[in-house]
Amino acid sequence: MMTPSTEVELAEAIVGAQSALRIQGGGTRDIGAPVSGEPVSTTGLSGVSLYEPGALTLVAGAGTPLEEIEATLAAEGQRLAFEPMDHRALLDTTGTSTIGGVVAGNISGPRRIQAGACRDSLLGVRFVDGAGRVLKNGGRVMKNVTGYDLVKLMAGSWGTLGVLTEVSLKVQAVPEAVGCVLINGLLDADAVAAMSAALGSPYDVSGAAHAPAGVDGHPVTMIRIEGLEASVAYRAAKLTEALAGFGGDVSVERDADKVAAGWAWVRDVTVMQGGEGDVWRISVKPSDGPKLVETLRARHSDISVLYDWGGGLVWVQVPKGSDVRSTPIDGHATLIRGISESRASLPVFQPEPAPLAALSQGLRAKFDPRGILNPGLMG
Amino acid sequence: MDMPTPNPEVLAKKARIVACLKEVLPADAVISDEVEVRAYECDALTAYRCPPLAAVLPASTEEVAAVLKICHAEGVPVVPRGAGTSLAGGAMPTADSIILGVARMTEVLETDYENRFIRVQTGRTNLSVSGAVEEDGFFYAPDPSSQLACAIAGNIAMNSGGAHCLKYGVTTNNLMGVTMVTMEGEVVEIGGAYLDAGGLDLLGVICGSEGQLGVVTEATLRILHKPEGARPVLMGFDSNEVAGQCVSDIIKAGILPVAIEFMDRPCIRATEAFAGAGYPDCEALLIVEVEGSDEEIDAQLERILAIARTHNPVELRESTSADESARIWLGRKSAFGAMGQINDYMCLDGTIPVSQLPYVLRRIGELSKDYGLDVGNVFHAGDGNMHPLILFDANKPGDLEKCEAFGADILRLCVEVGGCLTGEHGVGIEKRDLMVDQYLPEDLDIQMAVKDVFDPKWLLNPAKVFPLASSEARRMAAE
Repeated sequence: MMTPSTEVELAEAIVGAQSALRIQGGGTRDIGAPVSGEPVSTTGLSGVSLYEPGALTLVAGAGTPLEEIEATLAAEGQRLAFEPMDHRALLDTTGTSTIGGVVAGNISGPRRIQAGACRDSLLGVRFVDGAGRVLKNGGRVMKNVTGYDLVKLMAGSWGTLGVLTEVSLKVQAVPEAVGCVLINGLLDADAVAAMSAALGSPYDVSGAAHAPAGVDGHPVTMIRIEGLEASVAYRAAKLTEALAGFGGDVSVERDADKVAAGWAWVRDVTVMQGGEGDVWRISVKPSDGPKLVETLRARHSDISVLYDWGGGLVWVQVPKGSDVRSTPIDGHATLIRGISESRASLPVFQPEPAPLAALSQGLRAKFDPRGILNPGLMG
Repeated sequence: MDMPTPNPEVLAKKARIVACLKEVLPADAVISDEVEVRAYECDALTAYRCPPLAAVLPASTEEVAAVLKICHAEGVPVVPRGAGTSLAGGAMPTADSIILGVARMTEVLETDYENRFIRVQTGRTNLSVSGAVEEDGFFYAPDPSSQLACAIAGNIAMNSGGAHCLKYGVTTNNLMGVTMVTMEGEVVEIGGAYLDAGGLDLLGVICGSEGQLGVVTEATLRILHKPEGARPVLMGFDSNEVAGQCVSDIIKAGILPVAIEFMDRPCIRATEAFAGAGYPDCEALLIVEVEGSDEEIDAQLERILAIARTHNPVELRESTSADESARIWLGRKSAFGAMGQINDYMCLDGTIPVSQLPYVLRRIGELSKDYGLDVGNVFHAGDGNMHPLILFDANKPGDLEKCEAFGADILRLCVEVGGCLTGEHGVGIEKRDLMVDQYLPEDLDIQMAVKDVFDPKWLLNPAKVFPLASSEARRMAAE
């Protein structure tokens, strides 16, 4: 394992590499087609180098532990808006998640529907490409259209275009109050309709999830609101009224710890932790979610389902080796947890139509001409 | 402004190119008359003009593809054009180029409230996208100040922002998918009515690529329900530093207004003389707007006003009616017009870290004295996106050049303090040659490598974004 402690050392290591490199942060997200190669860790590139709470910006080395960043922000009453998932329990991994790993996977949680994905909070990157060049794009300011936006391209490129060395992020104030409207007992399609109604309201919903089997095994639909105390109380009441007609029992949870625990349960896909099957993460048009699940339920008797993003993000646990894409999906499906046989035989990432695949391939050839950075990880 | 020498071979075969274009488009969609093409000789950066070889106005994605196939085969540069409102020269032609205008493509293709998106042809104006969903209570959030005229095509090309992006984000945060035609004439679909990319985030690269990677003909845009209400508050301070500190304190307090706008004394005086909005005569003025129900607005404003009071404001003006709200916004919204009444002006668009605000305003004041040109500052303070307006006299020999040099110094200052050259207008031709102040040669090279992939012959929107010297080798190799 190579653990360079500076950008220059990393660049030298990449220039000197004779064969494939396996790029990793804290190693908590073992996602993608299996990659063989010498491991390179970014954990030596660690530390918050700039934090201006009044400007809502933070700059940190890619190897900085996520926990350190979250603690730094919490000390000023701030947080990462995109609520990154902790994959450890789902993937049965250990170690410490790094901010670079979060960015490389564009890891975004329930607040994605309101505050955007990780890529939307990402203001700038520094990285070393496959030719060993130290490069930067974007910066540390909130509005920046100077040149092409490679910041978005690097987010979610899983270390296949370059090795991130530094990221700059927009952060968010933690609101003073939070509430969650709960609806018990809805069928999937009704739940998605209820979530659509909530998300199509003026009440600025920051999370909308549905578990066909919640903590107690029964269906629960969760609508989160955050803001000033008076706002949360007002909006919770309005939403309770608006959602009464969907069939379930509506209640409001105002205990902040309980609300936080409930959303961590959604964010980390707790319902599938420790399970046996493969876990897929599927992004679709929200109203397509229940139809997709119905098709999968008809095919497999034993599946587990969790809807986030108002129905637009469907997590499913299916028997090992099942291909959820055998019915075409208008969206994309990623195999997040799978035995190595599944991951070697099924494309982990959604195969792209030929013209897009050619563009992606063309970009990889420019950023990594020797094809040594996580080769094949994204297919 | 240096532009590449027009390709003599292309100029020589104009008649054949026009004939080919007329085969795939209706006769009135091909404009080749030397007088008529002058309508396309510039965009809103009117200091630079060059009539194109011809202009085409296709009405569908298929027609765009047919045009691009011809231009690709003939090696003709293509300049995509939305509504031509670019302040950066993003749609400025070269003499050997075809202007490809999307002005006839204005249809709404699909509206879906359940899934909260709208799909439109990209010639549709920004404001009319909101207009299409307004009656049902929805809106499209990015709101560039040219929104009445500017097209979604240009918004995507420049990744446009607006006054309310502090809360709602800029174009790229509200763009879900595009139909794009490549320079080869191939139609590709990227993204759609679902979130995020399944592979590499190509959509993220296309948004903001200034029409150099493909021609976007249709777009899937996120729509939101309108807030129940909105209300601004006006605050006057006796120094820029104090106003800047107040902005920072509001943000730190965890309140997220939808807009925080800032005007300095020269701008306040000019707008007051022009619009008579009743602004206080002070050094710096903030307009802070919040949204929600009446009670929610009260609660937010109470916090904001409490913070403002700790900074000894010379004026705090709350609005109690729609009319008063409109008056608070009146001066801000007429700021550009007001400055234009005084003289010709150049509008800059650099972004700085909010903490650098007082220093940057002080330096701009010093530079203003050095150059002998007045400058007013009006900008989106919450996100540090500045809009210094430099006044000059276009009829006075040398004044434009002096103004450009002053502008370049301000933009370099933005970069020096950790900011960037452009926050929402784009690079175009205007800031092209300053890119070397923000990026090292290798940083520009990797961006140009992206263009190599999408447009290997370097035909799309020539001479924008990259300094000509930086792109020369690639352009020569592509010919």
